[in-house]
Parts: sequence; C-alpha cells; structure tokens
Amino acid sequence: MKTDHSAHRRGLLALPMYLWALAFVGVALLYIIGLSFLGKGEALEVTGEITLSNYSRLWDPKYGKVLWLSLRLAGLTTLISLLLGYPFAYFMAKASEKWRVWLMILVIAPFWTNALIRIYGWKILLYANGPINQFLLNLGLIRKPLKLLYTEGAVLLGMVYAMLPFVILPAYTGIERMDWARVEAARDLGASPARAFFTVTLPMTAPSLLAACVLTFLPSVGLIFLSDILGGANTVLWGNLVHDELLKSRDLPFAAALSTVLLLLTGLVIYLYRRAGGSNEEMVF
Amino acid sequence: MKKNGIGAKIYLAVLLFMMYLPIIIVVLYSFNASTARVPTVFTGFSLQWYEALFDDQRGYGEALKISLQVGLLSVLFSTLLGSLGALGQARKRIKAGIGNQLLRGGQSFLESLVVLPIMIPEIILGVAFMLLFSLLKLPSGIFTLVIAHTTFCVPYVYLLVKSRLATLGDELELAARDLGAFPARAMFTITLPLIRPAVLSGALLSLAMSLDDFMISFFVSGANSTTLPLKIYSSARYGVSSQINALCTVMLLFVFLLVIISQLVLKRKRG
Repeated sequence: MKTDHSAHRRGLLALPMYLWALAFVGVALLYIIGLSFLGKGEALEVTGEITLSNYSRLWDPKYGKVLWLSLRLAGLTTLISLLLGYPFAYFMAKASEKWRVWLMILVIAPFWTNALIRIYGWKILLYANGPINQFLLNLGLIRKPLKLLYTEGAVLLGMVYAMLPFVILPAYTGIERMDWARVEAARDLGASPARAFFTVTLPMTAPSLLAACVLTFLPSVGLIFLSDILGGANTVLWGNLVHDELLKSRDLPFAAALSTVLLLLTGLVIYLYRRAGGSNEEMVF
Repeated sequence: MKKNGIGAKIYLAVLLFMMYLPIIIVVLYSFNASTARVPTVFTGFSLQWYEALFDDQRGYGEALKISLQVGLLSVLFSTLLGSLGALGQARKRIKAGIGNQLLRGGQSFLESLVVLPIMIPEIILGVAFMLLFSLLKLPSGIFTLVIAHTTFCVPYVYLLVKSRLATLGDELELAARDLGAFPARAMFTITLPLIRPAVLSGALLSLAMSLDDFMISFFVSGANSTTLPLKIYSSARYGVSSQINALCTVMLLFVFLLVIISQLVLKRKRG
C-alpha cells in the first residue's frame, strides 16, 4: 500500500505543469475561438453580441486565394524538404562513425544561430545586384540580372531552407534506429537495391518521416517573417493576414477568426498524424 | 551495409554548402567597405560596421540584455515545470476502473495541451498570448515575454526528460526503496542524477529556442522590451544593413564559442 500512496503523491509533481498548460495553452486557445464569434466594437473593444459575421466575411475569394497560396507553399515546402532531406539523412546514417558526429554538428550548428540571420543572408544573395546575379552575369549565363528577390520562389527557397533540418534530424534518427539486417536480408533474397529501399527501408522509417512532415508543414503555414523579408508585399500568406488584422486594422475578432481557421487546420493535421500512428515522442529528436 | 559512394559525398557537401552559404555571406558582408544605402556589392574590406556596433547608437546592447534576461528566466521556469512534470507523470500506474479511466483520459488530454505548442504554428500562440494578456490587462514587457517563452519551452524539457525516464525504468529506484530509502531520498540520490543529462539538454534547447524566438515575442513584447531578434527583424525587413551583418557575425561567434566550450566540457567529463 505504501507504494501506491507515494505514487499518488508523486503525481502531484506534474500538477504545476498541467496548470500552466491549462491556463496558457488551453484557456488562451479557447479565448481565441470564443472571441472569433464576437462583433468588433470601438477601438480595441469587442461588442457583446454573438455573431457569425467574422466567418461569413471569409467567403470572399480574396481569402480563399491567400489560403490556397499558404497551403500550396507549405505543401511544396514539405515535399521539397523531404526529397532533399531524406537522402541527406540516409547518406549521413551510412557515413563512418567519425563523420556522422561531424555531420550532425554541422547540421545542428546553424540551428544555434537566429533563423532571421540566415534568411537575411539569402536576402543579400538574391538582390538584383547581389552575389548570385553577379556570379551568373560573370559566367555569361544571363545578360541582365534576374529578379530573384520578392518573388514566390524566394519565399519557397527560404521556407525549404528553414525547414530542412526538421526533416533531416527526425529522418536521421529513424534511419539510424533501423535494423539494417532486414535490408540486407531483402537484398540476399534477390531484391534490387531500389526494391529493397521501397519495400523495407522506407516503411521502416515511415514514422519519423511522418513526424518530419508535421514538423515541416505546420510551421510553414504560419510563417510570417519569411514572406515579409523575401517576398515583400507580393507574397501575402495567411499568417500575414492575421498579423495585419491584429496590428493594423485592429480588428481583434476577425483576427481571432483567421487564427481559428489555422487552428482547425492544425487540429486536422495532428488528428491525421495520430490516426496514422504518430506519437508525441517522435516530435523531439 | 555499403559505405557511401562519391555521389553521396558530393550530395552531402553540396547541401551543407547551401546551408552555410547565407551565413558565410552575412559574415563576409559585415566587412564590406561599401556605404551604399543597399550594400549588396562587396567593394572592399573595412571594420567600420564593428565600430558602429560598439558605439551602439541603436540600442543593440539593451536588446541583448532583454533577450538574455527573458532567456534565462524562461529556462529556469520551463526546466522546473517540465522536469517535475515528467517525474510526476512517468511512473504513475493507473489501475482499471471507470474513475481511473477518466483520470487517464484527463491526463492524456493535459499532456496533449502541454506538447501542443511544439506542433501548432507559432503565430497562433503569439496571437493567443497577445489577446489573453490584453484581456487580463497584463502590460506587455519582460513578464509577458517570460510567460510566453516558458510555455513553448516546457514541451521540449518535458519530452526529453520523459523519454530518458522511460529508458531508465524504475528498477533502480525501487531497489533503493527496498533497501530502506524514503521515496524522496530515493528520488534525489538515484533518479535525479540519472536524468541530469536530459534536464541539461532540455535547458540548453530551451535557451536556444528562447533566444531565437521572433514570432511569439513579436506579439507579446512591449515598447521597452525589444529582444534582439525583434531588433534584427525591424532592420532586415526593409532592406540590408551592414551593421546588422556585423551584429549577426558577433552573435555567430558567440554561439560557436558556446558550442565548442560545451563540447570540450563534455569531452573532459567523459575522459
């Protein structure tokens, strides 16, 4: 009995964390959802009346376009990051012991620098008279500077760049953990390298790839600084809409409605992730 | 297992080069002599931007101080909350029964709330905090920044410590109990030293996250609590500035020194 008792008391240790999450995650998110059903009042105030007008406003094709662009960019970012990052993680896992440690440090080190700094470096690179255009001009590949900055492509490049480590690290953990003997068994039984990869390696590393997809897709939908710095005024994403409604138009309930849409999308993605068998632990590597 | 061929090595090298290219550019351009309004052409070597940085006309020092204050406080709170949370939750065996089933359901719901900040887009958290703080009439400042940063750092500490506890199992602690140690003593002398590496890496990760955060801080900081990333953003948004390059280079240097020192300390401990 003694053990049971102390186990219960020990459970109390988790109480502060739970209360914190309840207050600052649970209540905060519920408040957004609640606010999205209220009308806009004078200044920052909201009216007491309950309304769906914030949601009916969303039927404007303008918002549909922004949502589509945001989802498309996030989807493309996830796809490209997977296609680039998975082989990287795979080769990394096959490197020698000494090299593995170094590659790991090299992948993680940029993480330790501010994301803004790295994106900002791309901005210098992409300028009309910046290093990339200079380089191409000098090679004679182009006659006049290409417009690279303030395009959708620049935003996509920045997103893939920012998200790549979130694919490489979980994928590496998955491949590293994998039982290579099974791949060899498949090869011994006559499978071609490609077949062994698609029927053995890929399914075995699927859980970490799934986590990588969520870790890449969800943050990409909500990025705002990237589109500001690399996309300028040309690329307005859902996050930028939220930001503008909140800080420029000062329409709190509408900003809350825009956030709720994003929250629903997040819920859907996490639900699908769980349905596919994903766990919380895969999210940290 | 076959080793990497030349193609694989080239692939690794090219992708790594791309990862470091913008960082190299920022460092290189911090030594740019050009004083053009948009200095995108490298015209010569100069240290003028470092001089300007140390004159500090724009308040970078103040921003650094605020970033460090917020970072250290958030690390303290999130490490405490997250580690205790993992300790409290890890070994509770809930028995069958309807009441206990509800308890288990409640617990998994609360756990989802704890880890949610890792998964939801940062902007949602930022907006949620801003609206909640304005509802509670909390003035934006260091206090609100620390609450926000603690909230998104807790899941990292919690998950790291939890997975460490899961690999440990509870045999050692139970053995200590059988040998007559009180529960508290068994925890302090056996479990805590064993989870220290996980707690430490959770704390370091939290510090990195806090110092790096821009999105959430953007919504909860006040006029007098501008963190360093916010300062960089306001300069980087509208153009390119060589002084920002110098600032970034100093930050990079600081971070790499920190990484090297921590590696050396770890090595000495092992050796």
